Amino acid sequence: MILHSLGNVRGLKSAVIGKIATSPEQREELRKDLVLLWNGNHPPEDSRGYLAVLSSNATPGWELNIPIVSSVSGLDYLSDGDIVRVAIDGFVRTLYRRNSPHNFILMTEQCNSYCLMCSQPPKKTDDRARTHEHFRLIDLIDPSTKELGITGGEPTLSRDNFLSLIRHCKKKLPCTSLHVLTNGRLFSRDGYAQELAGIAHPDIMLGIPLYSDVDSEHNYVVQARGAFDETILGLLELAKCSVPVEIRVVIHKQTYQRLPQLAEFIVRNLPFASHVALMGLEITGFVRANMETLWIDPFDYQNELRTATEILDLAGLNVSIYNHQLCVMDPGLRRFARKSISDWKNVYLKECTGCILSEECGGFFQSALCTHSSHIKPFHVA
Amino acid sequence: MTRNHFENKDFYKPDEPYRLLPFRFLQFDPDRVLVVNEVGERLFLKNEDFRALTTHQLRQDSESYRDLRGKHFIFDSSVKASLSLLAAKYRTKKAHLAGFTKLHIFVVSLRCEHSCHYCQVSRVSQDRTRYDMSSETAARALDIVFRSPSQQIKIEFQGGEPLLNFDRVRQVVEAAESKSKLLGKSVEFVVATNLALVDDSMLSYFRDHKVLISTSLDGPEFIHNANRPRPGNNSYQTTIQNIRRTREVLGADQVAALMTATRLSLKYPCEIVDEYVQQGFRSIFLRAISPYGFALRTSVSTGYSMEEFLRFYRDALDYIIKINRAGTTFVELYAQLLLTRILTPFATGYVDLQSPAGAGIGVAVYNYDGDVYASDESRMLAEMGDKTFRLGNVHSDSYDHMFGGALIRSMVASSCVESLPGCAECAFQPFCGADPVFNYATQGDMVGHRPTSDFHEKNFFIIKYLISILESDPDVRRIFWAWVRNVPVNGLLRWGAA
Repeated sequence: MILHSLGNVRGLKSAVIGKIATSPEQREELRKDLVLLWNGNHPPEDSRGYLAVLSSNATPGWELNIPIVSSVSGLDYLSDGDIVRVAIDGFVRTLYRRNSPHNFILMTEQCNSYCLMCSQPPKKTDDRARTHEHFRLIDLIDPSTKELGITGGEPTLSRDNFLSLIRHCKKKLPCTSLHVLTNGRLFSRDGYAQELAGIAHPDIMLGIPLYSDVDSEHNYVVQARGAFDETILGLLELAKCSVPVEIRVVIHKQTYQRLPQLAEFIVRNLPFASHVALMGLEITGFVRANMETLWIDPFDYQNELRTATEILDLAGLNVSIYNHQLCVMDPGLRRFARKSISDWKNVYLKECTGCILSEECGGFFQSALCTHSSHIKPFHVA
Repeated sequence: MTRNHFENKDFYKPDEPYRLLPFRFLQFDPDRVLVVNEVGERLFLKNEDFRALTTHQLRQDSESYRDLRGKHFIFDSSVKASLSLLAAKYRTKKAHLAGFTKLHIFVVSLRCEHSCHYCQVSRVSQDRTRYDMSSETAARALDIVFRSPSQQIKIEFQGGEPLLNFDRVRQVVEAAESKSKLLGKSVEFVVATNLALVDDSMLSYFRDHKVLISTSLDGPEFIHNANRPRPGNNSYQTTIQNIRRTREVLGADQVAALMTATRLSLKYPCEIVDEYVQQGFRSIFLRAISPYGFALRTSVSTGYSMEEFLRFYRDALDYIIKINRAGTTFVELYAQLLLTRILTPFATGYVDLQSPAGAGIGVAVYNYDGDVYASDESRMLAEMGDKTFRLGNVHSDSYDHMFGGALIRSMVASSCVESLPGCAECAFQPFCGADPVFNYATQGDMVGHRPTSDFHEKNFFIIKYLISILESDPDVRRIFWAWVRNVPVNGLLRWGAA
């Protein structure tokens, strides 16, 4: 599944964000937020009031008085209520899929860290102006959506934008859980955490990464001096005003050795964490450039993973293991494994053929096809 | 934010030599030194690493260095996170102080039909006017109770046998209920009773008013009846039968039992534990006789050295662990308290082992005659004729005088382990507490002398024993976590077995 496509655009003066309709909407007054997906060989009879029409056909000579993007391919998965952004150059990006549990808003591509294993490498372009598009997206999202991620870059960089986005979510999507991926550093600063808590969003969780109990090691992984102090102080500020936090640990060659000590650190210092996620490495973004520094076969760190998981679980913390294949895992850890890879990212290998647990297993990131554990093997009926 | 390359590890290395944060230490065994920081985090160091640490020669690239850095024993380039975390944990550990006096003990009658050898205070007497709390005294005492700033109030009825003055129990329960409602406070009740006199109307009263029962069970019949004589010598039968009845009316978990070890008990650690398990209890509190009251006078027959008690305690604890290993969740409550301090950053409310001591600021005792004492032990001492720890009387002294006066202040000042000789430098300090009344009763002054103190001997031994078995056996660690978290051991034993 690809989440973007390029078509030939006609009549579009500025980018539009709209909801997909796979069949014509009869009432014209309801069309103002809709993008009609039209794969017929002839133009739709009545196209008044739509934001745009998307078609996989070439649409030669169609005159509709509204923008048309033709010859867009690969968007067959779109269904009613999904949301797309159509740019003036004909670039169509899927922003939201109603049937997916993995929707997120990419708040900004800027970041104040530069993690060795960043899967979404930061860019320095000033994209603050995009905030109004995020608002537009929130306005269009189905209010029955269970969960929405807010990610980046570092989504909290612009305090005003971030806080107003959370406020807007509370207003428009009061039943949707928000899961924010942030390094938490800025919450160490005056009043940011209190202001966030003041919004009183009914269901928000901040997922904050911590890579070591030792500051210099964490700072090396996130490539920022002082980051450990800021993240810790940020976590304490958030805890003080009861904002739920999740601790996220990506396991790789630079973090696996002190995983047990990190677990103990969390038990002692961050017992307020609602959840601790121990995550396998996704081979994407900066990881490709840092393979030598980061890659370790997950099979080789099962002892550390097991010890860390036990320390957290005994202490009563809620712990999950993400992005690990069941066949590589210590069998005693399987009950902590969650199928976490986004549905548009996960694949299985040919080694997985015939495995009876593949439904329960997260499988692989698409990106793991080249590098993965050398201990992948199918489970068979005993 | 503009960059396009990664820095290597050295770039983030500490750029300053390390400095020490406060910690205490103990040569735990011949090869290892235990270091414990201000908030009770601990680490074992090999002798040579400890020497290197303290002489500032520890290599920054060693695992010990990282361990010490991660647990805030040392700092280098930055101390910000460490200090904030230490401060947060210190506040958490001392959180029990915030509410001031929570536990209020009412001695509604000093009379009792038992004449236990180790009892500190009770009288076998029919003289109600002399030994029972009057209605006026109870009302005055309750006014004092609700002057406490604590939002949670716990009222415990003691004696003597409190059921001999059941009218007073009812009066206090009902008045406390309406006062707490008016003031928006929570209130809970416990009756410490031998249950011999309990009847159906009392039981339904306890059920309706959510009153918990704490009773005494010293072990199997031959030990219990020997320790706790009463007319007919049938204390055991009566107790067991009434525990059963009480559970039927109140629910199984509403009845707890306490044991006191006599010289006879010391020979039967396993039998005593078995009795508790058989009677359906989920926990036991292994208690030594207090050096007060009649107990001191009869110490030849009932008493023993602390060393003897600790041998008993260890044997009983080992046996309890064996029971847990087999899948039955059964908790030793003193170990549970200490383990909460050893394993978690959280505060514990137990008033007899705090710093500063809980006497007065965590607990107060309202005696039958209206005298107010700083602790149960204080009034036991008073029954022996020494009223040193009498804070005042409900009829003649104000709350401010009793709870803010010179006596309570000097008790607090004399019971901070952070500054007591022998405690100030003890590695176990963050797990321990002080008891100025015990020190006064046994050693003549509130500060006391640690090397010859039974209190010290007991806590030092038990804490050291708990830490050593915790470190050496994964299943013991799992059992201890189950105790600390109040969850069944079954889910945690053999953790991670496929």
